[in-house]
Parts: sequence; C-alpha cells; structure tokens
Amino acid sequence: MNKRIEFKLWLAHRLSAMALGLFVVVHLAGMIIAIQGGLSSAEILQRTSGNYAMGLFYSLFTIAAATHSTIGLRTVAREVLGWGGMSANFVLIAFFLFLCAMGISAVGGLVL
Amino acid sequence: MKTNRDKKEYWASFVQRWSGVALALFLPFHFVVLSLILQGEHVLDGFLYWADAPLVKFAEAGLVGLLAVHLLGGFRLLVIEFFAWKEWQGYLISIAGVGATATGCLFLLRAF
Amino acid sequence: MEDNQKKIRVSVWRGGEDGTFESFQVPYVEDQTILDLLTHVQRTVDNSLSYRFACRVGMCGSCAMQVNGKPRWTCRTLVRSVIQDGELKLEPLSNLPVVKDLVVDMKPFFDKWQEAKGRFEPSDSPVTEFVPIKPDDKQRQKADEAIECINCGCCYAACDVVELNPNYLGPAALNRAWSLINDAKDFANPERLKAVSGDGGCQNCHTNSQCVARCPLQLNPTRSIAGLKKAVSLATLKGEI
Repeated sequence: MNKRIEFKLWLAHRLSAMALGLFVVVHLAGMIIAIQGGLSSAEILQRTSGNYAMGLFYSLFTIAAATHSTIGLRTVAREVLGWGGMSANFVLIAFFLFLCAMGISAVGGLVL
Repeated sequence: MKTNRDKKEYWASFVQRWSGVALALFLPFHFVVLSLILQGEHVLDGFLYWADAPLVKFAEAGLVGLLAVHLLGGFRLLVIEFFAWKEWQGYLISIAGVGATATGCLFLLRAF
Repeated sequence: MEDNQKKIRVSVWRGGEDGTFESFQVPYVEDQTILDLLTHVQRTVDNSLSYRFACRVGMCGSCAMQVNGKPRWTCRTLVRSVIQDGELKLEPLSNLPVVKDLVVDMKPFFDKWQEAKGRFEPSDSPVTEFVPIKPDDKQRQKADEAIECINCGCCYAACDVVELNPNYLGPAALNRAWSLINDAKDFANPERLKAVSGDGGCQNCHTNSQCVARCPLQLNPTRSIAGLKKAVSLATLKGEI
C-alpha cells in the first residue's frame, strides 16, 4: 500500500478544482443567460442537440465534478463523522461511479 | 468548545467545507433530473414545470450562490497554495462573499 | 498594597484528563501577568498547583496554556488584557494529554516534530566547498520567516485539524520542515518531502489560519504549509518522490 495515497488524493482534488474553476465559470454564465424566461426541454435541446463541443465540455465537467466531490466528501466523512476505511471508500467509489454514469448518460441524452 | 474562532479564515474554511458538501449532495439529483430527457421530453418538461415555482427558483438561486462562493473561495485556496503568499489575499475572502451574493442575485433577477 | 484591593476570580483546571475547575480569589495587581498570578496561587493558597515555566520572558516556550479558551504564553500575557468580566479561566493546552493541573504531556508534539524530519541533516560526505548563503537570497528569506519558532505548542493547541485528526503533524512540525527545506546546507530531501506528505501530512491543512492567529511570535505556519503543499505537489507530478 502506497503510504502517500492521501497526498495524491489531495492533489487530485486540487487539480480537479483547477479544471472546475474554468468549467464552473462557463456553466454559471450559461445558466444565468439560459434561465431568462424559464426553461423547457425543447429550448434546452435546441441549444445542446448536435453540439459535440458542449458534449465534450460537459463530459469532462462531469468527471471533474465527480472526482472533486467524492474526494471532498471523503475528507469530511473522516474528519467530521470519523467514518473512514474500507466501508467509506466502497460507498464513495459507488457515489463516484453513479455520478459519472448518470452525468455522462444525461449529457449523451441532451447532445445525441 | 474552543473560542479561538476569531479569524475570518476560520469562517472561510467553514463555508468552503459545507457549501462543498451541499453541492456534492445536490449533484446526484441534478444528474438524475437531466437524465429524465432519456425518457422523453415530456418527462423532463413535467419536472421543469414544477421547477418554475417561485420557491424552487429561490432554492436554485441559493444553489447558484453556493456554487459561486465555493468557486471564489476555492480560487482563494488555490492562489494561497500554489502561488507565493501575499497579504492582499485576505481580501479574497470578502471578494468571495460579495461575488457569490451578487451572482445569486443576478440569477434571481434573470429567473423572474 | 491596599486592604480593599480589587480581586479577580480565576478558574483553574485541577487534576488529570477527568479533572475539574477550582476557583481562586486573587488580588488584582496592575501589570501582573498570568504567570505572576499562578505563582501567587501556588505560594500563598495551594502549593500543590502544577504548571510549567522556565525563562519568564518569552524565550523558552514552556509556559503555554489555554487562557480564557485561547492558547497563550502565561509569562507574556497581562491579566488586564485578557480578563473578561473580572474572570479568568486557565486550562492545560488543548490537543495534548493532560498530566496534572496545567501541565500537559508534550511527547506527541515533539514526536511529530521528528516524524516531519524537523532535524537538520548535513551532507553524508565531507563538505569540500561551503555553500555561500547571502542574506538577500530568496530561500534564505523563506527560512528566516519560519525559523524563530520556540516549540511552545500554541499553534498545535489552536489547530482545528489536529483536533479532528490526531495523526496530523500540526503547524509547528510542518513549519520547521519548511524552514529546513529552504536551508541550502541541509540534505534530507527528498526524504523530508515524503515525511511531510504521509497520512498526517501537509495536505490535511484547511488554511483556516488558527495557528497564525495564535502564534505569540507572529509566525505564519499556514504560509509554510502552503509552501510544502506546492513543493510536494511539484515533486510528485515530476515523479521525484
């Protein structure tokens, strides 16, 4: 077992944070522009359908967000709840995979 | 209870942690809602109709504010951790607070 | 001194981990320090009171304890500057095992100092050429900013992360490691970079600067730890450690 796994997870958390910094700025701007006049499926699909650049952007965003939130929750679980070890890691990996699967399938549904 | 919580950095760290937890727990719901598109436009529209209620819009603005505060607070942390320490970095906390409130308000203004 | 002298009430921790507070009435003297006050209690009221001190002038780092909830040196803290509503509360330093009364066991603190390789390590081979270190050298200045620590433990007691994660090396040990990493005559790297990034390493720091708020010498361990995070990150990404 690598003894520096905790540091590497922290580094992954920070590197994903750097990527998310860019993603979230674009997402927030898009959200504030799009919310005007309410949302509808047709309106969303009009923007996203066939927009492969947006599909790639949001797929990467999903993976970065899943990585960042899973590692962040892991730290809080350990420090606040005292919940660590194998059981916590198992649940967190399931959380990570769930986010990736749901997020990317949603992106697929909107873009394809 | 220790009473040394008298620096704004303590509260910055507190807000960073709990806004992060809130956002991480929101993500699965966000992705599940977007995946409704896979079941057809009318399914997502059913949800979006519900989401048009004023109370939901306020909740959404709260989430936008949390995302903005986590983004700006995270930016401050990355600046401290990966650039040289400067005294002006203390102002980044105030900037994060003001910026997040402004983003949340802007979202509300556009949403109604 | 006047007979109708003003008195203050001091609650002092007595006993071990499961001890309790004992209250004393102590005469208020202008410009008295917390240490003066404890000395008064020990000499005139209860000579079984235990507390540590040595130099009395802020050089040795042995007298720190929680004063009204915050870690401070008793020798350089004036009663009048910390008293609240005529009352004082004195407890042993937080985050360390209590031995008796106001005395804590500093062993975990010093063990972590060693664990972070907080010891100067010279070159294995005999030095043929001395590295010149100029006062305006960038590394030298970074070491300077961190070097004055006297191991009093105030930062360690103030640290929220130490409280949440007892494995965390803490601000003092990491600050020390940072000053040695910037010492051109020290040869412990990359082992020291590994030592400060284990399970209890620098990545645990939340940058909430409680250590900065409580350091009696106005050092900035948070800045030192940020320096470590960056140095270890770069070394890790480059595959050096």
